Amino acid sequence: MVTNMNSKLFERIVHGIFLILGLITVASVLVITIYLIVSGIPAIAEIGIADFLFGTEWKSTAEEPKYGILPFILTSVYGTAGAILIGTPIGFFTAVYLAKLAHPKVKRVISSVVSLLAGIPSVVYGLVGMLVLVPAIRDIFNVPDGASLLAAIIVLAVMVLPSIIKVSLTSLEAVPKEYEEASLALGATPIETYFKVSVPAAKSGIAAAVVLGVGRAIGEAMAVMMVAGNAANMPGLFESVKFLTTAVASEMSYSSGLQRQALFSIALVLFLFIMLINAALNFFLKREKED
Amino acid sequence: MKKIIGVLAAATLMVSAFTGCSSGSGTVATDGSTSMEEVIGALGEAFSETNDGITFTYNPSGSSSGISAVAEGRCDIGLSSRDLKDEEKESGLQETVLAYDGIAVIVNPENPVSDLDLETIAKIYTGEITNWSEVGGNDAEIVLIGREAGSGTRDGFESITETEDICQYRQELTSTGDVITTVASNPDAIGYASVASIKDSVKALTVGGVEATEESIKNGSYVIQRPFIMVTRTDTELSEAAQKFYDYAISEDAKEIITSAGVVPAN
Repeated sequence: MVTNMNSKLFERIVHGIFLILGLITVASVLVITIYLIVSGIPAIAEIGIADFLFGTEWKSTAEEPKYGILPFILTSVYGTAGAILIGTPIGFFTAVYLAKLAHPKVKRVISSVVSLLAGIPSVVYGLVGMLVLVPAIRDIFNVPDGASLLAAIIVLAVMVLPSIIKVSLTSLEAVPKEYEEASLALGATPIETYFKVSVPAAKSGIAAAVVLGVGRAIGEAMAVMMVAGNAANMPGLFESVKFLTTAVASEMSYSSGLQRQALFSIALVLFLFIMLINAALNFFLKREKED
Repeated sequence: MKKIIGVLAAATLMVSAFTGCSSGSGTVATDGSTSMEEVIGALGEAFSETNDGITFTYNPSGSSSGISAVAEGRCDIGLSSRDLKDEEKESGLQETVLAYDGIAVIVNPENPVSDLDLETIAKIYTGEITNWSEVGGNDAEIVLIGREAGSGTRDGFESITETEDICQYRQELTSTGDVITTVASNPDAIGYASVASIKDSVKALTVGGVEATEESIKNGSYVIQRPFIMVTRTDTELSEAAQKFYDYAISEDAKEIITSAGVVPAN
């Protein structure tokens, strides 16, 4: 009887400990969200939401400071879109190849290389971009300086590859064998089968992969900061540009007063973007489950 | 867990950044120039190591607010990266030069230009001169490399060349190392960095014919430089702890620390 009570008590304690551990994650998210909102709202209120979101000039340390973040928003959107435009076809076809066509040995090698690519720290991407890509862009396109939106897009395109390849690969591999066998038995060629049967069956998973890539690209700061030039210009392919992330990262260490508050407001805007992307991701993942 | 610790640490930092400086027994409170963060941080750290029980604080508020803080008795020693104005001296403040911050203007070693005067440098950075051929170099567009808003080096460079807020930067980088790397890899780039950090991969220009050396920075003939000063009151004595720090900062021992922070010791 006593041992039974004891073991029940033990169960409860363990249960409680695990619950607390689980709540730590929830608490972190809550603390960060509340902190961002509380620190981000005052500057937006002071600057005015229209001037803040649609102002085209950012001069945070000038005599008469200007806090317009439209250049940062557009740069983040264009940069992410560019990276996805380049990264998606490469990642998608790689995933199809690995899932359906590749020899098992080749697949093993490429898969581990993709994992390795995911593990490379972003500062390394930035460094290679700075020393190799930026001078190369300068030479190839004959522009005065290679640090530009284009350089950032190329770096981001490489960085989103692992997320796109891995998630697409998983969902392509999850397509039931019977679908493909039926298609082949009806006389379709293997390539026809992969693109007309397997890919449509995995489309939600592939869409989730792309959204995950978007999240990776829009949140990246370090690598982008090293290749994009960081001048607060409106975006142009060969212009020096500043992303939402780099705007926060580059000025935070020295900022004070309204400038610091405005940086929190930028972080809040970025946070809203990420929330939207997460919502989209959940939508696609849920659809895949229902399929 | 890490996240929470991070948040807590960040929150603590934020709180400590907002607390003003207060004087009392066993504390040295400094307040002022953000440009002096590195040198004063290094000095404070070394000072605390040898003086147990004395708390050293530094509030990076800016030169002018550091000067008013010491004038109003809100801290022991004010820090400023500009000389005191006459009216500030008349109000009972005195300055002690701690170090000189020399800023080198650097170009790629392939660039034939090796000397520019202050006015030309200002014209280049404000976009009035845009091609190297206008200053005796190759026919190529000048690529302006600078530091991020709020950086002490940028603040120093812009205030000395009188180009505050009007520099047409092509790139704003967040560290001296990045500026040097970028200038080293682009033959048409021009940048600035503190003199102590210059490497062989870039060429430091002479300004108006004067090379940036410890000597020329100290005697003022190299013009892109500014003093880092400690501001104290003439009518009140420093507390024992503050006096100890003051003596330490201008001592022989502190020289090496000041040099390693990238500036030229004055004493």
